[in-house]
Amino acid sequence: MKYDAQDCELVEKYQLTPTIYDFRLRNPALAALTKPGQFVQVLVPSKTLRRPISVCDVEGDVIRLVFEVRGEGTALMAQTRVGETVNIIAPLGHGFTLHPNEKTIFIGGGIGVPPMLYSAKQCGSNAIVINGFRHKEAVILEEDFRQAAGRVIITTDDGSYGIHGFVTQPLAEVIEGADRICACGPTPMLRNIAKMAQQYGVPCEVSLEQRMACGVGACLGCAVAVKDGDRVVYRHVCKDGPVFSSEAVAWDGEKPQPPAVKKEG
Amino acid sequence: MADLSVKIAGVTFKNPIIAASGTIGFGREYSEFYPLSVFGGISCKGTTLLERPGNPPPRIAETPMGMLNAVGLQNPGVEHFMQEDLPWLLQQDTVAIANVAGSSLEDYCRMAEILSDTDIDMIELNISCPNVKEGGVQFGTSCESVAAVTKAVRKVCRKPLMIKLSPNVADIAAIAQAAESEGADAVSLINTLTGMRIDIRTRRPIITNNTGGLSGPAVFPVAVRMVWQVKKAVKIPVVGLGGISTWQDAVEMMIAGADAIQIGTVLFTDPYAPIKIAEGLNRYLDENGMTSVTELTHTIQAY
Repeated sequence: MKYDAQDCELVEKYQLTPTIYDFRLRNPALAALTKPGQFVQVLVPSKTLRRPISVCDVEGDVIRLVFEVRGEGTALMAQTRVGETVNIIAPLGHGFTLHPNEKTIFIGGGIGVPPMLYSAKQCGSNAIVINGFRHKEAVILEEDFRQAAGRVIITTDDGSYGIHGFVTQPLAEVIEGADRICACGPTPMLRNIAKMAQQYGVPCEVSLEQRMACGVGACLGCAVAVKDGDRVVYRHVCKDGPVFSSEAVAWDGEKPQPPAVKKEG
Repeated sequence: MADLSVKIAGVTFKNPIIAASGTIGFGREYSEFYPLSVFGGISCKGTTLLERPGNPPPRIAETPMGMLNAVGLQNPGVEHFMQEDLPWLLQQDTVAIANVAGSSLEDYCRMAEILSDTDIDMIELNISCPNVKEGGVQFGTSCESVAAVTKAVRKVCRKPLMIKLSPNVADIAAIAQAAESEGADAVSLINTLTGMRIDIRTRRPIITNNTGGLSGPAVFPVAVRMVWQVKKAVKIPVVGLGGISTWQDAVEMMIAGADAIQIGTVLFTDPYAPIKIAEGLNRYLDENGMTSVTELTHTIQAY
Protein backbone atom coordinates (compact mmCIF):
# COMPACT_ATOMS: atom_id res chain seq x y z
CA MET A 1 0.00 0.00 0.00
CA LYS A 2 1.38 3.38 -1.04
CA TYR A 3 -1.68 5.35 0.06
CA ASP A 4 -5.29 4.73 0.97
CA ALA A 5 -8.52 6.47 1.88
CA GLN A 6 -9.31 5.69 5.51
CA ASP A 7 -11.16 7.05 8.50
CA CYS A 8 -9.20 8.57 11.37
CA GLU A 9 -10.37 9.59 14.80
CA LEU A 10 -9.83 13.24 15.73
CA VAL A 11 -8.12 12.72 19.06
CA GLU A 12 -6.96 16.27 19.84
CA LYS A 13 -7.97 19.65 18.53
CA TYR A 14 -6.65 23.11 19.34
CA GLN A 15 -7.23 26.54 17.87
CA LEU A 16 -3.81 28.20 17.55
CA THR A 17 -4.96 31.59 16.19
CA PRO A 18 -8.37 32.94 15.12
CA THR A 19 -7.97 31.12 11.79
CA ILE A 20 -5.47 28.28 12.39
CA TYR A 21 -6.39 24.87 13.79
CA ASP A 22 -4.26 22.01 15.06
CA PHE A 23 -5.72 18.50 14.54
CA ARG A 24 -4.29 15.18 15.70
CA LEU A 25 -5.77 12.28 13.72
CA ARG A 26 -5.22 8.69 14.82
CA ASN A 27 -4.66 6.05 12.15
CA PRO A 28 -1.75 3.67 12.81
CA ALA A 29 -1.59 2.31 9.24
CA LEU A 30 -1.49 5.68 7.51
CA ALA A 31 0.74 7.31 10.15
CA ALA A 32 3.29 4.52 9.67
CA LEU A 33 3.46 5.23 5.93
CA THR A 34 3.72 9.02 6.18
CA LYS A 35 7.05 10.68 5.49
CA PRO A 36 8.11 14.30 6.11
CA GLY A 37 6.80 16.77 3.55
CA GLN A 38 3.89 14.63 2.39
CA PHE A 39 0.25 15.73 2.48
CA VAL A 40 -3.21 14.30 2.95
CA GLN A 41 -6.55 14.88 1.20
CA VAL A 42 -9.25 15.58 3.76
CA LEU A 43 -12.86 14.69 2.96
CA VAL A 44 -15.21 17.53 3.87
CA PRO A 45 -18.84 16.46 4.27
CA SER A 46 -21.07 17.98 1.53
CA LYS A 47 -18.06 19.06 -0.58
CA THR A 48 -17.10 17.46 -3.89
CA LEU A 49 -13.38 18.11 -3.55
CA ARG A 50 -11.17 17.07 -0.69
CA ARG A 51 -8.84 19.64 0.90
CA PRO A 52 -5.11 19.04 0.47
CA ILE A 53 -3.39 19.66 3.82
CA SER A 54 0.33 19.21 4.47
CA VAL A 55 1.40 16.91 7.26
CA CYS A 56 2.79 18.95 10.16
CA ASP A 57 4.10 16.01 12.15
CA VAL A 58 3.71 12.31 12.82
CA GLU A 59 3.63 11.25 16.48
CA GLY A 60 3.41 7.45 16.67
CA ASP A 61 -0.09 6.50 15.51
CA VAL A 62 -1.10 10.11 15.01
CA ILE A 63 -0.90 12.40 11.98
CA ARG A 64 -0.86 16.05 12.98
CA LEU A 65 -2.39 18.61 10.62
CA VAL A 66 -2.17 22.36 11.21
CA PHE A 67 -4.37 24.20 8.74
CA GLU A 68 -5.80 27.61 8.06
CA VAL A 69 -9.48 28.35 7.51
CA ARG A 70 -9.46 29.90 4.04
CA GLY A 71 -12.92 29.15 2.70
CA GLU A 72 -16.06 27.12 3.19
CA GLY A 73 -14.35 23.74 3.09
CA THR A 74 -11.70 24.44 5.70
CA ALA A 75 -14.35 26.23 7.82
CA LEU A 76 -16.40 23.01 7.81
CA MET A 77 -13.26 21.01 8.64
CA ALA A 78 -12.65 23.26 11.64
CA GLN A 79 -16.09 22.33 13.03
CA THR A 80 -15.09 18.65 13.45
CA ARG A 81 -15.26 17.66 17.12
CA VAL A 82 -12.86 15.49 19.09
CA GLY A 83 -14.00 11.86 18.86
CA GLU A 84 -15.49 12.34 15.41
CA THR A 85 -14.14 10.71 12.28
CA VAL A 86 -12.21 12.38 9.49
CA ASN A 87 -11.64 10.52 6.21
CA ILE A 88 -8.28 11.18 4.59
CA ILE A 89 -6.34 9.91 1.61
CA ALA A 90 -2.78 9.57 2.83
CA PRO A 91 0.11 9.77 2.51
CA LEU A 92 0.42 11.68 -0.77
CA GLY A 93 3.23 13.28 -2.75
CA HIS A 94 6.85 13.25 -1.78
CA GLY A 95 8.79 15.47 0.58
CA PHE A 96 12.18 17.15 0.89
CA THR A 97 15.53 15.48 0.32
CA LEU A 98 16.81 15.20 3.88
CA HIS A 99 20.15 14.07 5.26
CA PRO A 100 20.19 14.18 9.08
CA ASN A 101 23.90 14.99 9.22
CA GLU A 102 23.73 17.97 6.90
CA LYS A 103 23.34 21.56 7.99
CA THR A 104 19.86 22.22 6.64
CA ILE A 105 17.92 25.46 6.69
CA PHE A 106 14.14 25.09 6.96
CA ILE A 107 12.15 28.19 6.03
CA GLY A 108 8.42 28.60 6.48
CA GLY A 109 6.25 31.58 5.72
CA GLY A 110 2.81 31.93 7.37
CA ILE A 111 0.76 28.80 6.83
CA GLY A 112 3.87 27.40 5.09
CA VAL A 113 5.37 26.96 8.57
CA PRO A 114 3.54 23.79 9.75
CA PRO A 115 4.71 21.56 6.87
CA MET A 116 8.33 22.12 7.92
CA LEU A 117 8.10 20.65 11.44
CA TYR A 118 8.31 16.93 10.69
CA SER A 119 11.08 17.59 8.17
CA ALA A 120 13.10 19.79 10.57
CA LYS A 121 12.85 17.08 13.23
CA GLN A 122 14.76 14.72 10.95
CA CYS A 123 17.82 16.99 11.09
CA GLY A 124 17.56 17.78 14.81
CA SER A 125 20.52 19.84 15.97
CA ASN A 126 21.64 20.32 12.36
CA ALA A 127 18.39 22.10 11.54
CA ILE A 128 18.28 25.88 11.38
CA VAL A 129 14.69 27.07 11.24
CA ILE A 130 13.57 30.47 9.96
CA ASN A 131 9.84 31.05 10.33
CA GLY A 132 8.24 34.25 9.08
CA PHE A 133 4.84 35.66 10.07
CA ARG A 134 2.87 38.87 9.46
CA HIS A 135 2.78 39.87 13.12
CA LYS A 136 3.17 38.54 16.67
CA GLU A 137 -0.41 37.19 16.92
CA ALA A 138 0.17 35.00 13.86
CA VAL A 139 3.22 33.22 15.30
CA ILE A 140 2.54 29.48 15.68
CA LEU A 141 4.43 26.33 16.67
CA GLU A 142 7.44 28.21 18.09
CA GLU A 143 7.92 25.79 21.00
CA ASP A 144 7.51 22.75 18.72
CA PHE A 145 10.27 24.00 16.44
CA ARG A 146 12.55 24.91 19.39
CA GLN A 147 12.30 21.30 20.58
CA ALA A 148 12.87 19.91 17.10
CA ALA A 149 15.72 22.03 15.75
CA GLY A 150 19.16 23.29 16.67
CA ARG A 151 18.28 26.93 16.12
CA VAL A 152 15.00 28.79 15.53
CA ILE A 153 14.73 32.31 14.14
CA ILE A 154 11.36 34.10 13.99
CA THR A 155 10.66 37.10 11.78
CA THR A 156 7.57 39.29 11.59
CA ASP A 157 6.71 41.69 8.79
CA ASP A 158 5.82 44.46 11.27
CA GLY A 159 8.55 43.78 13.82
CA SER A 160 6.07 42.98 16.61
CA TYR A 161 8.01 39.79 17.41
CA GLY A 162 11.45 38.45 16.56
CA ILE A 163 13.38 40.02 13.71
CA HIS A 164 11.64 42.87 11.91
CA GLY A 165 11.50 41.92 8.22
CA PHE A 166 11.34 38.99 5.85
CA VAL A 167 12.89 35.53 6.21
CA THR A 168 15.53 36.37 3.61
CA GLN A 169 17.30 38.77 6.07
CA PRO A 170 18.33 36.11 8.61
CA LEU A 171 18.82 33.67 5.74
CA ALA A 172 21.64 35.88 4.42
CA GLU A 173 23.42 35.44 7.75
CA VAL A 174 23.18 31.65 7.99
CA ILE A 175 23.26 30.55 4.34
CA GLU A 176 27.03 30.34 4.02
CA GLY A 177 28.16 26.81 4.79
CA ALA A 178 24.63 25.41 4.64
CA ASP A 179 24.26 22.08 2.85
CA ARG A 180 20.67 22.57 1.75
CA ILE A 181 17.54 24.69 2.06
CA CYS A 182 13.92 23.53 2.35
CA ALA A 183 11.14 26.11 2.09
CA CYS A 184 7.37 26.46 2.04
CA GLY A 185 5.32 29.63 1.87
CA PRO A 186 4.03 32.37 -0.42
CA THR A 187 5.39 32.33 -3.98
CA PRO A 188 7.26 35.69 -3.76
CA MET A 189 9.07 34.44 -0.66
CA LEU A 190 9.99 31.16 -2.35
CA ARG A 191 11.20 32.98 -5.45
CA ASN A 192 13.53 35.17 -3.36
CA ILE A 193 14.83 32.19 -1.43
CA ALA A 194 15.44 30.34 -4.71
CA LYS A 195 17.48 33.31 -5.98
CA MET A 196 19.64 33.44 -2.86
CA ALA A 197 20.15 29.67 -2.91
CA GLN A 198 21.37 29.93 -6.49
CA GLN A 199 23.75 32.82 -5.65
CA TYR A 200 25.30 30.85 -2.81
CA GLY A 201 25.23 27.53 -4.64
CA VAL A 202 23.12 25.83 -1.97
CA PRO A 203 20.71 23.10 -3.15
CA CYS A 204 17.17 24.26 -2.45
CA GLU A 205 13.78 22.60 -2.56
CA VAL A 206 10.39 24.30 -2.26
CA SER A 207 6.96 22.92 -1.40
CA LEU A 208 4.28 24.28 -3.73
CA GLU A 209 0.50 24.36 -3.72
CA GLN A 210 -2.13 24.48 -6.46
CA ARG A 211 -5.87 23.95 -6.74
CA MET A 212 -6.21 20.19 -6.68
CA ALA A 213 -8.84 17.55 -7.40
CA CYS A 214 -7.86 13.86 -7.24
CA GLY A 215 -4.66 14.23 -5.18
CA VAL A 216 -3.07 11.11 -6.64
CA GLY A 217 -1.88 12.16 -10.11
CA ALA A 218 -4.79 10.95 -12.22
CA CYS A 219 -6.79 14.07 -13.12
CA LEU A 220 -3.85 16.39 -13.94
CA GLY A 221 -5.62 19.34 -12.29
CA CYS A 222 -2.84 20.72 -10.07
CA ALA A 223 -0.36 21.64 -12.81
CA VAL A 224 2.82 23.57 -12.17
CA ALA A 225 5.28 24.69 -14.86
CA VAL A 226 8.66 23.05 -14.37
CA LYS A 227 11.89 23.14 -16.40
CA ASP A 228 12.98 19.77 -17.74
CA GLY A 229 16.29 20.20 -19.53
CA ASP A 230 15.70 22.97 -22.08
CA ARG A 231 11.94 22.41 -22.12
CA VAL A 232 9.21 23.68 -19.83
CA VAL A 233 6.59 21.07 -18.95
CA TYR A 234 3.61 20.81 -16.66
CA ARG A 235 4.15 18.56 -13.67
CA HIS A 236 1.64 17.99 -10.90
CA VAL A 237 1.83 19.13 -7.30
CA CYS A 238 0.05 16.02 -5.99
CA LYS A 239 2.21 13.34 -7.56
CA ASP A 240 5.45 14.96 -8.76
CA GLY A 241 5.51 17.33 -5.77
CA PRO A 242 4.53 19.02 -3.58
CA VAL A 243 8.30 19.42 -3.23
CA PHE A 244 10.26 20.54 -6.30
CA SER A 245 13.87 21.59 -6.82
CA SER A 246 13.87 25.41 -6.76
CA GLU A 247 16.02 25.40 -9.90
CA ALA A 248 13.35 23.46 -11.79
CA VAL A 249 10.43 25.76 -10.97
CA ALA A 250 9.52 28.15 -13.80
CA TRP A 251 9.48 31.25 -11.56
CA ASP A 252 9.13 33.73 -14.42
CA GLY A 253 5.88 32.41 -15.83
CA GLU A 254 7.44 30.33 -18.60
CA LYS A 255 4.87 28.07 -20.23
CA PRO A 256 5.21 24.75 -22.01
CA GLN A 257 5.05 24.94 -25.78
CA PRO A 258 3.28 22.26 -27.79
CA PRO A 259 5.66 20.04 -29.76
CA ALA A 260 6.47 21.28 -33.24
CA VAL A 261 4.32 19.54 -35.85
CA LYS A 262 6.45 17.22 -37.96
CA LYS A 263 6.24 18.11 -41.62
CA GLU A 264 5.93 15.14 -43.90
CA GLY A 265 7.75 14.70 -47.21
CA MET B 1 -26.62 -11.99 -6.61
CA ALA B 2 -27.93 -10.59 -9.86
CA ASP B 3 -25.90 -10.67 -13.06
CA LEU B 4 -24.26 -7.25 -13.39
CA SER B 5 -22.71 -7.87 -16.79
CA VAL B 6 -23.75 -5.81 -19.79
CA LYS B 7 -22.91 -5.97 -23.48
CA ILE B 8 -22.22 -2.67 -25.22
CA ALA B 9 -21.43 -2.69 -28.92
CA GLY B 10 -20.44 -6.35 -28.75
CA VAL B 11 -18.11 -5.85 -25.79
CA THR B 12 -18.93 -7.58 -22.52
CA PHE B 13 -18.41 -5.56 -19.35
CA LYS B 14 -18.47 -7.55 -16.08
CA ASN B 15 -20.48 -4.73 -14.52
CA PRO B 16 -22.02 -1.55 -15.94
CA ILE B 17 -19.68 0.79 -14.03
CA ILE B 18 -17.07 2.42 -16.25
CA ALA B 19 -14.50 4.98 -15.12
CA ALA B 20 -15.08 8.23 -17.03
CA SER B 21 -12.34 9.63 -19.21
CA GLY B 22 -10.13 12.29 -17.67
CA THR B 23 -10.75 11.34 -14.07
CA ILE B 24 -8.62 8.23 -13.74
CA GLY B 25 -5.70 8.82 -16.09
CA PHE B 26 -4.68 5.46 -17.50
CA GLY B 27 -5.66 3.70 -14.28
CA ARG B 28 -2.36 3.31 -12.45
CA GLU B 29 -3.02 5.76 -9.60
CA TYR B 30 -6.34 4.20 -8.65
CA SER B 31 -4.88 0.69 -8.81
CA GLU B 32 -3.19 1.63 -5.52
CA PHE B 33 -6.65 1.62 -3.90
CA TYR B 34 -8.06 -1.58 -5.41
CA PRO B 35 -7.67 -3.85 -8.43
CA LEU B 36 -9.02 -2.02 -11.49
CA SER B 37 -11.16 -5.09 -12.15
CA VAL B 38 -13.75 -3.52 -9.82
CA PHE B 39 -14.65 -1.44 -12.87
CA GLY B 40 -16.55 -2.94 -15.78
CA GLY B 41 -14.34 -0.76 -17.94
CA ILE B 42 -12.00 2.19 -17.94
CA SER B 43 -12.20 5.03 -20.40
CA CYS B 44 -8.68 6.40 -20.54
CA LYS B 45 -7.60 10.02 -20.38
CA GLY B 46 -8.27 11.69 -23.74
CA THR B 47 -5.35 11.14 -26.06
CA THR B 48 -4.32 13.14 -29.09
CA LEU B 49 -2.08 12.40 -32.05
CA LEU B 50 0.72 14.51 -30.60
CA GLU B 51 1.62 15.24 -27.00
CA ARG B 52 -0.30 18.19 -25.50
CA PRO B 53 0.99 20.25 -22.56
CA GLY B 54 -2.52 21.25 -21.42
CA ASN B 55 -3.75 24.56 -20.08
CA PRO B 56 -1.94 26.87 -17.63
CA PRO B 57 -2.99 26.52 -13.97
CA PRO B 58 -5.23 27.00 -12.09
CA ARG B 59 -7.23 24.33 -13.90
CA ILE B 60 -9.70 23.51 -11.13
CA ALA B 61 -12.43 25.37 -9.26
CA GLU B 62 -14.95 23.99 -6.82
CA THR B 63 -18.61 24.81 -7.34
CA PRO B 64 -21.78 24.08 -5.38
CA MET B 65 -22.06 20.27 -5.56
CA GLY B 66 -19.43 19.98 -8.23
CA MET B 67 -16.33 21.36 -9.87
CA LEU B 68 -15.01 23.03 -12.98
CA ASN B 69 -11.97 21.77 -14.79
CA ALA B 70 -9.99 23.03 -17.74
CA VAL B 71 -7.09 20.59 -17.95
CA GLY B 72 -7.01 21.07 -21.71
CA LEU B 73 -6.30 17.48 -22.76
CA GLN B 74 -2.81 17.30 -21.30
CA ASN B 75 -1.55 13.91 -22.50
CA PRO B 76 1.65 12.30 -23.74
CA GLY B 77 0.27 11.50 -27.21
CA VAL B 78 -1.24 8.33 -28.62
CA GLU B 79 2.07 6.57 -29.37
CA HIS B 80 3.19 6.97 -25.77
CA PHE B 81 -0.19 5.72 -24.59
CA MET B 82 0.12 2.63 -26.80
CA GLN B 83 3.66 1.85 -25.71
CA GLU B 84 3.66 2.77 -22.03
CA ASP B 85 0.12 2.57 -20.72
CA LEU B 86 -2.01 0.28 -22.87
CA PRO B 87 -0.04 -2.98 -22.39
CA TRP B 88 -0.32 -2.55 -18.61
CA LEU B 89 -4.01 -1.63 -18.73
CA LEU B 90 -4.83 -4.66 -20.89
CA GLN B 91 -3.63 -6.89 -18.03
CA GLN B 92 -5.99 -5.38 -15.45
CA ASP B 93 -9.06 -7.52 -16.18
CA THR B 94 -11.29 -4.63 -17.17
CA VAL B 95 -12.52 -3.35 -20.53
CA ALA B 96 -10.04 -0.81 -21.92
CA ILE B 97 -11.51 2.12 -23.82
CA ALA B 98 -9.35 4.68 -25.61
CA ASN B 99 -10.75 8.20 -25.52
CA VAL B 100 -9.68 9.97 -28.69
CA ALA B 101 -9.59 13.72 -29.26
CA GLY B 102 -8.49 15.63 -32.31
CA SER B 103 -8.21 19.09 -33.75
CA SER B 104 -9.12 18.00 -37.27
CA LEU B 105 -11.07 15.27 -39.03
CA GLU B 106 -7.75 13.81 -40.18
CA ASP B 107 -6.52 13.59 -36.56
CA TYR B 108 -9.56 11.61 -35.48
CA CYS B 109 -9.25 9.22 -38.43
CA ARG B 110 -5.51 8.73 -38.05
CA MET B 111 -5.90 7.90 -34.36
CA ALA B 112 -8.76 5.50 -34.97
CA GLU B 113 -6.61 3.76 -37.57
CA ILE B 114 -3.60 3.50 -35.29
CA LEU B 115 -5.65 2.27 -32.33
CA SER B 116 -7.48 -0.29 -34.48
CA ASP B 117 -4.16 -2.14 -34.75
CA THR B 118 -3.93 -2.50 -30.95
CA ASP B 119 -5.78 -4.77 -28.53
CA ILE B 120 -7.86 -1.92 -27.15
CA ASP B 121 -11.48 -3.04 -26.61
CA MET B 122 -13.30 0.09 -27.72
CA ILE B 123 -12.81 3.63 -28.96
CA GLU B 124 -14.67 6.55 -27.44
CA LEU B 125 -14.64 9.55 -29.75
CA ASN B 126 -14.30 12.73 -27.72
CA ILE B 127 -16.10 15.40 -29.73
CA SER B 128 -17.18 17.21 -26.61
CA CYS B 129 -14.14 18.57 -24.76
CA PRO B 130 -14.97 22.21 -23.92
CA ASN B 131 -11.45 23.14 -22.84
CA VAL B 132 -9.38 23.22 -26.02
CA LYS B 133 -9.24 25.99 -28.59
CA GLU B 134 -9.31 23.81 -31.69
CA GLY B 135 -11.35 20.72 -32.24
CA GLY B 136 -13.06 18.98 -29.37
CA VAL B 137 -16.50 20.38 -28.87
CA GLN B 138 -16.62 22.18 -32.25
CA PHE B 139 -17.15 18.73 -33.79
CA GLY B 140 -19.89 17.91 -31.34
CA THR B 141 -22.35 20.77 -31.45
CA SER B 142 -24.10 20.37 -34.81
CA CYS B 143 -25.73 17.32 -36.37
CA GLU B 144 -23.76 17.91 -39.59
CA SER B 145 -20.35 17.94 -37.92
CA VAL B 146 -21.20 14.94 -35.69
CA ALA B 147 -22.36 13.02 -38.75
CA ALA B 148 -19.25 14.00 -40.70
CA VAL B 149 -16.74 12.99 -38.03
CA THR B 150 -18.60 9.76 -37.23
CA LYS B 151 -18.78 8.84 -40.91
CA ALA B 152 -15.11 9.55 -41.54
CA VAL B 153 -13.91 7.67 -38.48
CA ARG B 154 -16.29 4.76 -39.05
CA LYS B 155 -14.63 4.09 -42.41
CA VAL B 156 -11.23 3.50 -40.85
CA CYS B 157 -12.16 2.32 -37.34
CA ARG B 158 -12.03 -1.44 -36.83
CA LYS B 159 -13.02 -1.27 -33.16
CA PRO B 160 -16.41 -0.74 -31.53
CA LEU B 161 -17.00 2.99 -31.77
CA MET B 162 -18.70 5.03 -29.06
CA ILE B 163 -19.32 8.76 -29.55
CA LYS B 164 -19.14 10.94 -26.42
CA LEU B 165 -21.69 13.72 -26.69
CA SER B 166 -21.63 17.28 -25.44
CA PRO B 167 -24.55 18.62 -23.39
CA ASN B 168 -23.82 22.11 -24.73
CA VAL B 169 -26.34 21.67 -27.55
CA ALA B 170 -30.00 22.51 -28.21
CA ASP B 171 -31.18 19.01 -29.15
CA ILE B 172 -28.99 16.18 -27.92
CA ALA B 173 -31.37 13.51 -29.24
CA ALA B 174 -30.86 14.78 -32.80
CA ILE B 175 -27.09 14.76 -32.28
CA ALA B 176 -27.24 11.16 -31.06
CA GLN B 177 -29.32 10.20 -34.10
CA ALA B 178 -26.72 11.82 -36.37
CA ALA B 179 -24.02 9.64 -34.78
CA GLU B 180 -26.16 6.52 -35.01
CA SER B 181 -27.04 7.10 -38.65
CA GLU B 182 -23.34 7.24 -39.61
CA GLY B 183 -22.44 4.00 -37.89
CA ALA B 184 -21.72 4.74 -34.23
CA ASP B 185 -21.99 1.56 -32.15
CA ALA B 186 -22.90 3.43 -28.94
CA VAL B 187 -23.12 6.92 -27.50
CA SER B 188 -21.92 8.14 -24.11
CA LEU B 189 -23.28 11.27 -22.48
CA ILE B 190 -22.88 13.79 -21.01
CA ASN B 191 -19.49 15.42 -21.18
CA THR B 192 -19.15 18.52 -18.97
CA LEU B 193 -21.29 21.63 -19.18
CA THR B 194 -19.32 24.79 -19.90
CA GLY B 195 -19.21 26.93 -16.78
CA MET B 196 -17.32 29.77 -15.12
CA ARG B 197 -16.37 31.06 -11.66
CA ILE B 198 -14.98 34.51 -10.89
CA ASP B 199 -12.98 35.62 -7.86
CA ILE B 200 -14.95 38.68 -6.69
CA ARG B 201 -11.87 40.11 -4.97
CA THR B 202 -9.65 40.16 -8.06
CA ARG B 203 -12.50 40.05 -10.64
CA ARG B 204 -10.55 37.39 -12.48
CA PRO B 205 -11.83 33.96 -13.43
CA ILE B 206 -10.61 31.30 -11.01
CA ILE B 207 -9.56 29.11 -13.94
CA THR B 208 -6.90 30.56 -16.25
CA ASN B 209 -8.81 29.20 -19.26
CA ASN B 210 -11.65 31.53 -18.09
CA THR B 211 -14.23 28.80 -18.61
CA GLY B 212 -14.19 25.15 -17.64
CA GLY B 213 -16.29 22.03 -17.74
CA LEU B 214 -18.80 21.55 -14.92
CA SER B 215 -19.08 18.06 -13.45
CA GLY B 216 -20.23 16.43 -10.24
CA PRO B 217 -23.65 16.01 -8.59
CA ALA B 218 -24.73 19.48 -9.82
CA VAL B 219 -25.04 18.19 -13.41
CA PHE B 220 -26.74 14.89 -12.56
CA PRO B 221 -30.36 15.98 -13.28
CA VAL B 222 -29.29 17.41 -16.64
CA ALA B 223 -27.55 14.14 -17.48
CA VAL B 224 -30.59 12.05 -16.50
CA ARG B 225 -32.84 14.18 -18.70
CA MET B 226 -30.51 13.95 -21.70
CA VAL B 227 -29.97 10.19 -21.35
CA TRP B 228 -33.76 9.75 -21.25
CA GLN B 229 -34.19 11.89 -24.38
CA VAL B 230 -31.41 10.09 -26.25
CA LYS B 231 -32.58 6.60 -25.29
CA LYS B 232 -35.98 7.33 -26.81
CA ALA B 233 -34.34 8.51 -30.05
CA VAL B 234 -31.76 5.81 -30.82
CA LYS B 235 -31.48 2.02 -30.92
CA ILE B 236 -27.74 1.79 -30.17
CA PRO B 237 -26.62 1.42 -26.52
CA VAL B 238 -26.50 4.54 -24.38
CA VAL B 239 -23.83 4.97 -21.71
CA GLY B 240 -24.99 7.50 -19.12
CA LEU B 241 -22.71 9.72 -17.13
CA GLY B 242 -22.71 13.07 -15.40
CA GLY B 243 -22.61 13.50 -11.64
CA ILE B 244 -23.35 9.92 -10.61
CA SER B 245 -22.07 9.58 -7.05
CA THR B 246 -24.20 6.95 -5.30
CA TRP B 247 -25.70 3.59 -6.19
CA GLN B 248 -29.10 5.28 -6.16
CA ASP B 249 -27.85 7.69 -8.85
CA ALA B 250 -26.63 4.72 -10.89
CA VAL B 251 -30.02 3.02 -10.62
CA GLU B 252 -31.77 6.26 -11.58
CA MET B 253 -29.53 6.75 -14.62
CA MET B 254 -30.21 3.23 -15.81
CA ILE B 255 -33.95 3.60 -15.29
CA ALA B 256 -33.75 6.77 -17.41
CA GLY B 257 -32.24 4.76 -20.25
CA ALA B 258 -28.58 3.98 -19.68
CA ASP B 259 -27.28 0.54 -20.68
CA ALA B 260 -24.14 1.24 -18.67
CA ILE B 261 -22.85 4.18 -16.66
CA GLN B 262 -19.62 6.07 -16.20
CA ILE B 263 -18.42 7.63 -12.96
CA GLY B 264 -15.79 10.32 -12.72
CA THR B 265 -15.83 13.24 -10.34
CA VAL B 266 -17.08 11.09 -7.45
CA LEU B 267 -13.71 9.31 -7.51
CA PHE B 268 -12.15 12.52 -6.18
CA THR B 269 -14.59 12.60 -3.28
CA ASP B 270 -14.52 8.86 -2.61
CA PRO B 271 -12.09 6.64 -4.49
CA TYR B 272 -14.05 3.60 -3.31
CA ALA B 273 -17.28 4.74 -5.02
CA PRO B 274 -17.21 2.04 -7.76
CA ILE B 275 -17.23 -0.74 -5.17
CA LYS B 276 -20.04 0.88 -3.17
CA ILE B 277 -22.09 1.49 -6.33
CA ALA B 278 -21.71 -2.14 -7.46
CA GLU B 279 -22.79 -3.40 -4.02
CA GLY B 280 -25.80 -1.09 -3.89
CA LEU B 281 -26.83 -1.92 -7.43
CA ASN B 282 -26.68 -5.62 -6.63
CA ARG B 283 -28.80 -5.19 -3.50
CA TYR B 284 -31.36 -3.14 -5.39
CA LEU B 285 -31.67 -5.77 -8.14
CA ASP B 286 -32.08 -8.56 -5.58
CA GLU B 287 -34.70 -6.63 -3.64
CA ASN B 288 -36.61 -5.95 -6.83
CA GLY B 289 -36.45 -9.51 -8.08
CA MET B 290 -34.29 -8.75 -11.09
CA THR B 291 -31.73 -11.35 -12.15
CA SER B 292 -29.84 -9.11 -14.58
CA VAL B 293 -28.94 -5.45 -14.46
CA THR B 294 -30.05 -5.20 -18.09
CA GLU B 295 -33.66 -5.55 -16.89
CA LEU B 296 -33.34 -2.12 -15.31
CA THR B 297 -32.47 -0.13 -18.42
CA HIS B 298 -35.11 2.31 -19.58
CA THR B 299 -37.78 1.03 -17.19
CA ILE B 300 -38.89 4.59 -16.56
CA GLN B 301 -42.64 5.04 -16.23
CA ALA B 302 -42.74 8.51 -17.72
CA TYR B 303 -45.84 10.69 -17.58
